[in-house]
Amino acid sequence: MNILIQGGRVIDPAQQLDQVCDLYISGEQILAIGEQPEGFEVDETIDATGKVVCPGFIDLCAHVREPGYTQKGSIAKESAAAAAGGITTLITPPTTKPVVDTPAVAELIQDRAAEQGLARVLPMGALTRGLEGEQLAPMHALAGSGCIAFTNARLPMASTLVLLRALEYAATHDLLVIFQAQDASLGLHGCMHEGATSTRLGLNGIPEAAETIEVSRCLMLVEQTGVRAHFGQLSCERSVRLIEAAKERGLRVSADVSIQNLLLTDEQVNGFDADYHLMPPLRGQLDRAGLRQGLVTDTLQAICSDHQPHEAIAKQAPFAATEPGMSNLETLLPLCLQLVDEQLLALPQLIEKLTLGPARILGLDDGTLEIGTQADICIFDPQEQWTLEPEQMRSGGHNTPFAGRTFKGRVHTTLLGGQIVYRT
Amino acid sequence: MSDPMNTCPIQLTATGQLRHFLTTEGLPRDLLTEILDTADSFVDMSEQQVKKVPLLRGKTVVNLFFEASTRTLSTFELAAKRLSADVLNLNISTSSTKKGETLKDTLMTLRAMHSDMFVVRHSDSGAAHFIASQVTPDVAVINAGDGRHAHPTQAMLDMLTIRRHKGDFEPLKVAIVGDILHSRVARSQIHALRTLGAAEIRVIAPLTLLPRNIESLGVRVFTDMAQGLRDVDVVMMLRLQKERMDSALLPSESEFYKLYGLTTDKLAFAHPEAIVMHPGPINRGVEIESAVADGPRSVILDQVTNGIAVRMAVMSMAMSGQLADKNAKPDADNLNA
Repeated sequence: MNILIQGGRVIDPAQQLDQVCDLYISGEQILAIGEQPEGFEVDETIDATGKVVCPGFIDLCAHVREPGYTQKGSIAKESAAAAAGGITTLITPPTTKPVVDTPAVAELIQDRAAEQGLARVLPMGALTRGLEGEQLAPMHALAGSGCIAFTNARLPMASTLVLLRALEYAATHDLLVIFQAQDASLGLHGCMHEGATSTRLGLNGIPEAAETIEVSRCLMLVEQTGVRAHFGQLSCERSVRLIEAAKERGLRVSADVSIQNLLLTDEQVNGFDADYHLMPPLRGQLDRAGLRQGLVTDTLQAICSDHQPHEAIAKQAPFAATEPGMSNLETLLPLCLQLVDEQLLALPQLIEKLTLGPARILGLDDGTLEIGTQADICIFDPQEQWTLEPEQMRSGGHNTPFAGRTFKGRVHTTLLGGQIVYRT
Repeated sequence: MSDPMNTCPIQLTATGQLRHFLTTEGLPRDLLTEILDTADSFVDMSEQQVKKVPLLRGKTVVNLFFEASTRTLSTFELAAKRLSADVLNLNISTSSTKKGETLKDTLMTLRAMHSDMFVVRHSDSGAAHFIASQVTPDVAVINAGDGRHAHPTQAMLDMLTIRRHKGDFEPLKVAIVGDILHSRVARSQIHALRTLGAAEIRVIAPLTLLPRNIESLGVRVFTDMAQGLRDVDVVMMLRLQKERMDSALLPSESEFYKLYGLTTDKLAFAHPEAIVMHPGPINRGVEIESAVADGPRSVILDQVTNGIAVRMAVMSMAMSGQLADKNAKPDADNLNA
């Protein structure tokens, strides 16, 4: 199948490309940009006039909930939601049931995703067996079965010694380790940022130190072991500065942030709205400013959705008893475009944080429109307004604090490996 | 965006009448004063031969206690009965709700029984807000304590006690002493005192028992009793739970008593006419000396008497607000369907 994407503003940060031109796709690959190749017969033309054409987004943290938690979400539903959000690759944490600590589970996730054919779903493997923090998971075998990186999620390691050994073992095989840094004892029972709002509401806080102490500890061990390391979903300004300092010392570390932590603060929790019960928690205004600054200085190379879908009842209880997280695949792009509207980032910079940035972190060749790469493409209208109606969401989780919100920026068409997987 | 200080617009009707009583925060001064005035009239009434009024006749009040409490439950029960309501006491231990029936299921069941008012105590902060969000507009909700968040009837009975002893709030310096971190009572007292215009609100505790940014609530923070109690007109003690020693918050009860226990000696730092309050039950020799608790400055038993009057006031006001709201929107059920 030959597809012509005509007249769009093509933005590809990897090639420093930002111009109105045509894009030619043949089979699974990008064949040409600009001039029509000789002998190219168009089977389908997509009119992209007035729209942006860019690489499909790569989301560094999206829970698909399968296997084990299909009441919350499923590979079928979450990959459909991803396609509708212009996201072509989902990196999913190992906190499934069973956890991703055997090749069988890793393969099951990828097989189910391939059956659906709506998005690439790449599992992160568990760093320790059962994510229990005691014995090493078979990382080499898991990597062979498609695990793109390794993490113990937010679950604690039994000791610093186990953490050290896990990093040494990962370094042995040059595997990427992802930290979702939170000190277990300081974060215990916490359900929001510790500060004036948690004090007023009488909710258990998670102090900033719960993150910064764990980031510091991990950085020391990254330095010692030389492991490739990434810090996911940072929430504190001081964490950004710790990463910055580590990079200045020459460490191979990277970091990302969720869009919700870039836009919202802990004050949203006023009124006990459980849709703002998130993990990591929304933090204070200084933290939000620090994260934004980290994005501009490229200390944070990627923005993720931190998609955590839930069934309705998971949010229908007193705040602390609800489950944390928001369903965010379908809102990632319009939320991110707010950063462009607020002139924090230019549009190509934003797209880099959603494509090339995460691809480089993962060591993937994707996230670009270079000739010969797989045609994972998002076409969106940056101006189109639409209103989010939770019942229309494709994700299994309709838990969003943005119900009824009018957004600017809407995905028009998504291609995965040259196949149209979504169009309005 | 709603006013950040008014975290609870849900507790007022469109015309500003009380329809739920969930927190003292964000309520206007007039309304708090109205609660105190109404309660005053009930205090006078309780001194008469016939103690009943028919304000809640034919109404069903369900005391929905997810956390054990004898004292608060009995005063609410007595208050409801003096208002001529039918009262149902339900002690629902958290373990039984964990067996499968969610809190939401429990609420839907009770609402289907056509209850008119829920008096709710729950160990989770925000539980009363959640319950109100589920049962509005059919049922009025009175918060009898949610986690560390609020205990508004306790705070209002404290305000009534202060007003009956001291009159005007504006010249008063008030100190709240003890476990501020875990205290829903302290939070509700602070909001009420601020709204009623107290000159100065102080909290006195070791740093382990003070929540982060407590000063943002408009209080002065002291860690030393001699300084904190200097010239105060009201000393409000808090109960210290024994578990606090196990979680590394304090070394021992005796050290706490030595530093923060209200003894005759420490009370001497306060204004000579200062009154001493405690929400009960008292841990004698842990947070307060018997001689102080039973002494001439103690108004602890007045607090108990005023508690019934305040609960009667709040229940009758919320019930009339909820009826007014329901009548104003006869189609509300259809709209929600």
